[in-house]
Amino acid sequence: MSTANDVLTVAGHAFRSRLIVGTGKYRSYQVMVEALERSGAEWVTVAVRRVNLNRNEDSLLNYIDPHRYKLLPNTAGCYTVEEAIRTAHLAREALETPFIKLEVIGDEKTLFPDNQATIEAAARLVKEGFVVMPYVTDDLIVAKKLVDVGVAAVMPLAAPIGSGLGIQNYANLRILREQITEVPLIVDAGVGTASDAVIAMELGYDGVLMNTAIAQAENPPLMAEAMRHAIEAGRKAYLAGRIPKKLYATASSPLEGVIGRGMSR
Amino acid sequence: MKVIINGEPRDVPDRLNVEELIEHLGLQGERVAVERNREIVRRADWATTLLREGDELEIVHFVGGGLRGRSRSRFLPNAPQ
Repeated sequence: MSTANDVLTVAGHAFRSRLIVGTGKYRSYQVMVEALERSGAEWVTVAVRRVNLNRNEDSLLNYIDPHRYKLLPNTAGCYTVEEAIRTAHLAREALETPFIKLEVIGDEKTLFPDNQATIEAAARLVKEGFVVMPYVTDDLIVAKKLVDVGVAAVMPLAAPIGSGLGIQNYANLRILREQITEVPLIVDAGVGTASDAVIAMELGYDGVLMNTAIAQAENPPLMAEAMRHAIEAGRKAYLAGRIPKKLYATASSPLEGVIGRGMSR
Repeated sequence: MKVIINGEPRDVPDRLNVEELIEHLGLQGERVAVERNREIVRRADWATTLLREGDELEIVHFVGGGLRGRSRSRFLPNAPQ
């Protein structure tokens, strides 16, 4: 079976890479550019902030080739429905894209999402024509409500943002995958290293979004490449169908013809 | 005349439209979005939208971020501090 035609499709847009990367927390734009390149990602997230009028800033978008990467604006840093909606409108106006990665944060220490506010903001943004990709906790009921209001994907966290803890609630993520089949599921936040990404993909997730795991690694471009392979390996293992786990051994070599056992024929 | 841009009072030439303001601020060619008194000014309307004394403007662009919820929203006046 070839995986050449295996693509991630969100609201009719197809991506060969199932890795979505953030653009924050890099030591320099140069390091970011190299990491993006080696990640193989086609989709990158960017945040909306006030222009600083008091100093000349080097613009992030000067470093991201718009022909090579699709920009996914986010509402990172928003704590209310109104802030998130306002940010989404500004992003749509500046980037001319209906896609929005919706984040409505509920708590500063954990950066856990305010699920209720996220559902409300998602419902309103969908009505206004946005393609909404919400960041939520790994809660099935919340995910179902989001699907009901018409989101284009659901993005549960694996662990707190930037924590690098990896997948903390394997069972919940599995349940989500089994129960939510209407839209793509993308693990968003908490990945620390390549094996975490492999596990998410082996669970059948459609993609993984990460930022800190790459940007804050000692060698971000190398970690980006590791993540690219991890996503591909996990996806292929999922498609290939793993063997069931068994408690006892099953020999892989034939028993017939082992020397010193009975008569040779 | 005096207007407020990104929360700070600023003096700008009289009878400026949004397009001229963007040039005045050296932001031409950048991917920015503009809100005037909480309403988005579509790019197509920049040249015909005249600023008035006391207007409150928000001018935003894009910065590195993915999961950077850590930094609280810095452009929304109602954001908790």
